[in-house]
Amino acid sequence: MLQGITSEAFILGCSAIGAGLAMIAGIGPGIGQGNAAGQGAAAVGRQPEAQGDITRTMLLGQAVAETTGIYGLVIAIILLFVRPLLTAYLELGL
Amino acid sequence: MFEITFNLFNREIVIPESIVNVYIVVIALIIFALIVNRKLKKVDPNKPPSGLQNVMEILVEAVENLVKQTMGEKQFWFSPYIFTLMAFLLVSNLSGLLGFTPPTSNYSVTLTLALVTFTLTQFFGIKNNGIGRYLKGFTEPMVFLTPLNIIGEIANPISLSFRLFGNILSGVIIMSLVYNALGLIAPLITPVLHAYFDVFSGLLQTFIFSMLTMIFIGGNFDN
Repeated sequence: MLQGITSEAFILGCSAIGAGLAMIAGIGPGIGQGNAAGQGAAAVGRQPEAQGDITRTMLLGQAVAETTGIYGLVIAIILLFVRPLLTAYLELGL
Repeated sequence: MFEITFNLFNREIVIPESIVNVYIVVIALIIFALIVNRKLKKVDPNKPPSGLQNVMEILVEAVENLVKQTMGEKQFWFSPYIFTLMAFLLVSNLSGLLGFTPPTSNYSVTLTLALVTFTLTQFFGIKNNGIGRYLKGFTEPMVFLTPLNIIGEIANPISLSFRLFGNILSGVIIMSLVYNALGLIAPLITPVLHAYFDVFSGLLQTFIFSMLTMIFIGGNFDN
């Protein structure tokens, strides 16, 4: 193993890096939600009387677009707090 | 505020704080419903509504109109379930403001609610289309897309539950990080975070969850 680093610490550090990498998934929903909000604003500008319907449709679409970001978040949370890799390492007893 | 531990058949069973808070939320809602029920029974129908009755009528009518708009005029009998779902999710998400751990930050709670939606969707899909047309719906538009359709159907409850869970849990985690990092001066900054994560996000996710439930179930009815 690397000098001065225990295997457990190495696994924990790699899990933290993995959690950070998983949160890159946030880029996609950010772009998508921004696009939806921009289109929504343009639609309200064109048809101010339909603001209620437009807002509802926009929020619904944004929530669905958010799903992929939430998947990334869940992976990150699992890596940080459930630590499946550390458990697997300890159980295998390598 | 606390968790319950008890022994059953020599095994220690821990009920986490968020599940205890489910019971608290449910009991609070039942007591509120009983109070409203008792008050509305005494109401004189000839007088114009006032006070609590007015608020309840506005809420019930708003939900009924929403159900009629999304699921169709004939399906307005679905509004009691939607109203219950909304009330439970609203109180759960907002309970973070009172210092509780929101029940929806536990995955088992959101998965249960999503599975109820999933079961209702499949039940009404079979009931309204018949088992033949229901199964045939999976082979459209082409037969070799059947596995994809089935995966897509199973992905619905998973994404529905993870959306609510992820939103609420991320708020809980970020706020506890801020509380731990800032210590005594945290109350200067956290009200903004509470306003966003608890109130805005909580209201929005309540609306989204019940809206998607209505869309999934309503997709099985011919309007």
